[in-house]
Amino acid sequence: MTVETAKHRELGLTDSEFELIVEKLGREPNDVELAMFSLLWSEHCAYKHSRKLLRRLPTEGERVVMGPGENAGAVDVGNGYAVAFKVESHNHPSAVEPFQGAATGVGGILRDVFALGARPIAILDSLRFGELDSVRSRHLLDGAVRGIGHYGNSIGVATVGGEIYFEEPYEHNCLVNAMCVGLAKTDDMVRAAAAGVGNAVVLMGASTGRDGIGGASVLASAELGEGDEAKRPTVQIGDPFEESKVLECCLELLGKGLLVSLQDLGAAGLTSSAGEMASAGGVGIDLDVARVPLREADMEPFEIMVSESQERMLAVVEPAKVREVLALCEKWQTGGAEIGVVTDTGRVRVLRDGEVVGDMPVEALVDGCPLYDLEPAEPEGWIYGNRATLSPDATAEEELLALLAAPSIASKRWAFEQYDSVVGSRTVRRPEAADAAVLQLPEAGNAVAVSIDGNGRRVACDPYEGTTEAVLECAQNLACVGAEPLGLTNCLNFGNPEKPATAWQLDRAVSGLADACNALGVPVVGGNVSLYNEGPDGPIYPTPVVGMVGELPDPARTAGSGFVAEGEAIGLIGPFAPTLAGSELAKQRGVLDVGLPSPDVAAVAAACAVVRDAVRAGRLASAHDISDGGLAVALAECAIAGGIGCEANIEHLRERGCQPEEALFGEGSGGFLVSGERAGLEQLGAVLIGTVGGEAIEIGAGDRSIAVPLADAERAWRSLPAQAERDGA
Amino acid sequence: MRARVLIRPKEGILDPQGKAVERALPALGFEGIGHVHVGRMVELEAEDPERLGELCEKLLANPLIEDYEIQTL
Amino acid sequence: MIWGVVQFPGSCDERDALHACELANGEARLVWHEERDLGGVDAVVIPGGFSYGDYLRAGAIARFSPAMEAVAAFAAAGGPVLGICNGFQVLCEAGLLPGALLRNEELRFTCRQVELVAEGSTAELTPSAGGEPSSRLSIPAKHGEGRYYAPDAVLDGLEANGQVAYRYAEGHNFNGAARDIAGVTNEAGNVVGLMPHPEHAVDPLTGSTDGLRVFEAVAAAGARA
Repeated sequence: MTVETAKHRELGLTDSEFELIVEKLGREPNDVELAMFSLLWSEHCAYKHSRKLLRRLPTEGERVVMGPGENAGAVDVGNGYAVAFKVESHNHPSAVEPFQGAATGVGGILRDVFALGARPIAILDSLRFGELDSVRSRHLLDGAVRGIGHYGNSIGVATVGGEIYFEEPYEHNCLVNAMCVGLAKTDDMVRAAAAGVGNAVVLMGASTGRDGIGGASVLASAELGEGDEAKRPTVQIGDPFEESKVLECCLELLGKGLLVSLQDLGAAGLTSSAGEMASAGGVGIDLDVARVPLREADMEPFEIMVSESQERMLAVVEPAKVREVLALCEKWQTGGAEIGVVTDTGRVRVLRDGEVVGDMPVEALVDGCPLYDLEPAEPEGWIYGNRATLSPDATAEEELLALLAAPSIASKRWAFEQYDSVVGSRTVRRPEAADAAVLQLPEAGNAVAVSIDGNGRRVACDPYEGTTEAVLECAQNLACVGAEPLGLTNCLNFGNPEKPATAWQLDRAVSGLADACNALGVPVVGGNVSLYNEGPDGPIYPTPVVGMVGELPDPARTAGSGFVAEGEAIGLIGPFAPTLAGSELAKQRGVLDVGLPSPDVAAVAAACAVVRDAVRAGRLASAHDISDGGLAVALAECAIAGGIGCEANIEHLRERGCQPEEALFGEGSGGFLVSGERAGLEQLGAVLIGTVGGEAIEIGAGDRSIAVPLADAERAWRSLPAQAERDGA
Repeated sequence: MRARVLIRPKEGILDPQGKAVERALPALGFEGIGHVHVGRMVELEAEDPERLGELCEKLLANPLIEDYEIQTL
Repeated sequence: MIWGVVQFPGSCDERDALHACELANGEARLVWHEERDLGGVDAVVIPGGFSYGDYLRAGAIARFSPAMEAVAAFAAAGGPVLGICNGFQVLCEAGLLPGALLRNEELRFTCRQVELVAEGSTAELTPSAGGEPSSRLSIPAKHGEGRYYAPDAVLDGLEANGQVAYRYAEGHNFNGAARDIAGVTNEAGNVVGLMPHPEHAVDPLTGSTDGLRVFEAVAAAGARA
């Protein structure tokens, strides 16, 4: 290999991939073509290690309006309306520059949703960092939260939910997954496929600069190592003001029927948008880079084609309507330029002032990348570390307080108060008021609920069962507010798939996801894969993040999670069979190991239906899913949220065979903690375990009994700010 | 003509950004630094330098809470 | 009556403001920032958001728009004007209200339900107009630059004149505003601005409905004008 041809290796292409490109082109690629292939054939764009696995996922259902392959997925919510949604990762950019990484992650997912013609109505985010005793993790947490707030607040879309976890395996590879939900009239939604030979290709929004050149895609296809400081120049900078103008402009253009199709520009910029639009439409595209509005003079054609400057959209427009489109861009003070034309050549051609500087077949560029089979091999035992932070002599009360104060469990109010959760007037349940966010849809006459969940640690214990649990967790959270799941989106965050242990995790997780979705009848309408999240200390916990949208008929009939009235009964519903495997308690004791019990998916689904119907009928005062920290933590959370204590016991779980500690702090799917009128709970088949009242959390558990003043529990649960803002942060 | 306008918070107005920076310095290894104030800088090219003062008074600075200084480059 | 809600590039809460206006009384329409003619409205609302991205200073650019010139003329003639959050910032930048809004003391954007005391004020367009006992309103506040500031002499004058329209109840001032001031009126009493968002407190489903009283007071002034 000469020095010349080794260029492809620097761009992340293997030798055999390069040879395949030569074969498909019938010659060696020039610089422009090499740059474009290297990006579209990167893991981030081509999904070459995951695409075969993803074919296992169920994607169809009678409520599906848009499935995987479009800019986002969408489900029918009745009365002519559809809800679009998707989750995407921006992990590697956030590890380098957390504020802009998280901000542009939000910007990108917003564009995916309004590219369908749906007005974004909500944002949720799922974040993971190392433990908070690390300065780096505090810095990343602070930056990411500020970045999400900066972008979401400025553009005026409510951030209504999310989750934040802190685990050592994420120390060098934080996770920032952003989800967006949008609303559209079903008939007005638009697809991405370019159509109509001779139609104009119009670029709208911000001008094109050198942002992220070789950025997201290349970063995402390689493990982060020493010296990632040098990657800072390729970080994209977000401008939410520009995006708000582009958003309004696009929605007005779509409302007036002026666009044939629309696509956002994200990773790999013009290259991927033009390529994907052409591929979806079975056409070709000619682009003239000399007509692209530039922020920096003297940009080369390949730079223009791979730039990841933010806040740009690509549209296909009938020639007669181009002038009107450009006039609307002018009105909204955002850029608009006719840069190309749809052809019937089946090729993507890049021109500069009419001279061809790149010419590739669409199929080779977009679908020609080889897909790889994983070589999975189950690792021996627990491959992650263990660190004990709890004394072995801790009393049950000390354990409860330690769990409540664990940053992964503690109140995230410090974070969500930095987000505007009320703009748009749809937010019926604000963050931490209930198990899922609830958004009213007066136009459609009903409401939707949204939840985003995942637990990397438990997936590390058993990738199949852990992923099943993530799907069930989402469904349970929706049930607590009276919602029935309509569709699911997912982000698969894993380490290096070329390593057998990670390949095994990914393979098992996707199977778990597919089987759980099939069992629940919930289709996967879109998602994202982020691989190579691995540092010098090894891979992250395998972290499938699940986002689910559900519908409920009456937003006035939705429960919160807090206890409501003194004297009400507390009940347990569902096949809750807790164990300490993979639990927060096991983590704090430093005894994490492989193995998780297998949830009874059908029984959990049945319990969801019972809770959902009871909430809709107004028969429950409160409903809360039991998750991190187990029953004792769930009771404390309900008490703190309601401002009233409780008196409960674990007799029922003891009868089911649980040891006291398992009953108190064990985790697993299928547990609903509800409160309400005694007779009503009995009729639902709930097991009565206590009563609401008093100023303490009292749980009878033999010699592990707990009696903690509510004020102490609340203080522990509200300790995140002190942990996040230590000196030196 | 090229000019640089420096805009800073008026003396006596609470400047939390300045304070935050000042407080963070010792932990980063910088001793003996105080009276930190954080402001804004605008660079521009003006055909008519006469109107720069007016531009500063009306738009670039808010005279109620900020002082400004024009530097010709 | 007809409300005009001014919309700038970057405004966020204008649609919610339209809805709140109509719940209070009458019809409401958007006024695009480039319009020089308010079209005969009876009251004007400058809504919340991030006009021009809050670039340079919040409200600094928006206040130069043609629509704001028309609003200034409308206010000079005695028309009622309500500025919410970014709208309050625009009105201060435009000199239609005294003082300025600075960055929150804690340097963080904060979204939180707060309690306001509607002070007895001589201005006719606040809920406690006419010197009635102060009442408490529960309303969401969400901003990063809401710390009200004016030199002490000006503040003394505002207090003496009854121009302090809204104050944060004890323990609810999260931005460090001088003298807990959440909203003020102009001397003539026809322009009012406040940082919290009454348009997000008009629907029992999404929170309290205390915000309606803010709009109703302005509507009453609009009907009289």
